[in-house]
Amino acid sequence: MSRTLLVVGTRKGCFLLESDERRHDWELSGPFCEGWPVYHAVFDPASGAIYAAAASEWHGSAVWRSPDLGETWTHSSEGLAYDDGDRRLSKVSTLSVAHGRVLVGAEAPGIFESKDDGATWSLLSTLAGQPGSEVWDDPANQPPGHLGISALMADDSDRDRFWAIVQGIGVFETTDDGSTWTPRNRGLRADWPRPHEEVGFCVHKLVRSRVDGDRMYQQNHVGVHRSDDGGASWNEITEGLPSEFGFAAAAHPHDRDTFFVVPLDPGHGRTMPDGKAAVWRTRDGGSSWQRADQGLPQRNAHVGVLREAMANDTYDVPGYYFGTSTGQLFASADDGETWSEIASYLPGISSVEVAVLD
Amino acid sequence: MTLTPLFPELPRRIELEAPTVDAAIDELNARWPGVRDRLCEPGPAIRPHIHVYVDRERAALDTPLAPHSRVDVIAAISGG
Repeated sequence: MSRTLLVVGTRKGCFLLESDERRHDWELSGPFCEGWPVYHAVFDPASGAIYAAAASEWHGSAVWRSPDLGETWTHSSEGLAYDDGDRRLSKVSTLSVAHGRVLVGAEAPGIFESKDDGATWSLLSTLAGQPGSEVWDDPANQPPGHLGISALMADDSDRDRFWAIVQGIGVFETTDDGSTWTPRNRGLRADWPRPHEEVGFCVHKLVRSRVDGDRMYQQNHVGVHRSDDGGASWNEITEGLPSEFGFAAAAHPHDRDTFFVVPLDPGHGRTMPDGKAAVWRTRDGGSSWQRADQGLPQRNAHVGVLREAMANDTYDVPGYYFGTSTGQLFASADDGETWSEIASYLPGISSVEVAVLD
Repeated sequence: MTLTPLFPELPRRIELEAPTVDAAIDELNARWPGVRDRLCEPGPAIRPHIHVYVDRERAALDTPLAPHSRVDVIAAISGG
């Protein structure tokens, strides 16, 4: 029987939850990483290792690694720094593990790579030369909580191709391992002035279908959008959702037309509308949306879900998982039909990833 | 202490020979690789929320050490 592993990054360290393929009963372990704030924690199916991008207020940023599902941990930041004296690395924000290497995104915006399992790091790209990039390091553009590179998305079949989100700027694609980049924001909406046509979009979360690499979805600051050409162009599919704002999203592992988002109030609160927790699902590529709330709290549930805090597994009937910024973790083992709370009192959850271990 | 759990067998108290705070941190880093990154940021400088005292006086990386100097490394108490 397969095992199901959830890797959860929180404001106070990394936690693991393990279950079998029924995904009904969960055993929690942690906290790991000495309680450092973990921005993103991932599982590498090739090596079996867990990586956690963490930034301590006292001791700076490091990437933690456990080769044995949390039994032991090491950490390193060797090489995680900018040579340019004016450019400061305030945190490591996001991880991507593929093709035998680890990529980590940082603030100020930059992407570092490790080819030795996270022991040492070298700067791969700062996306220098992209429109407006000369002011990305301006402190006025780096408010507290800024993530810089907020997400990295690998291509499973092409090592040199991947996507990066620069927070508040947009999506960029490279096909030559970071040497050159192309903005991939055509068709997106922005309700604010933008000095450059191709950038200035606030992309919160980008996901790609596992069965059709040209099909992508994104939750944006202003709307949900779909691409049918690998991100070259986007069409808005917000109509039918209770809010255009949200962070988290997940794409069905076997059906390219099924996609989940967690709409939130767009103001400063950024919590579930009306205090009623719900995930919204489309089964037709965004033409229509259904509210999925069975098992989720429907009264006084003023919870938020951050951009990396939703994930899905790859079982035939996929499971979905999301964590709140106030430490509740919810799971569905039936493709989003019904939900249950599988952890109630974790620290604020930054990220949720899931792996199926055979 | 927030530093000692990060490095196996790093004691809370150690005696070593070094002419400056910077050199003392180098000495620690040679024995426990990575210690320097946890105490210093690029510049280099001591991290903002790490305080170093030499014989009870606030110190910087270039502060000299005398024979038998006492160096305290303290993480600022803050957060929640």
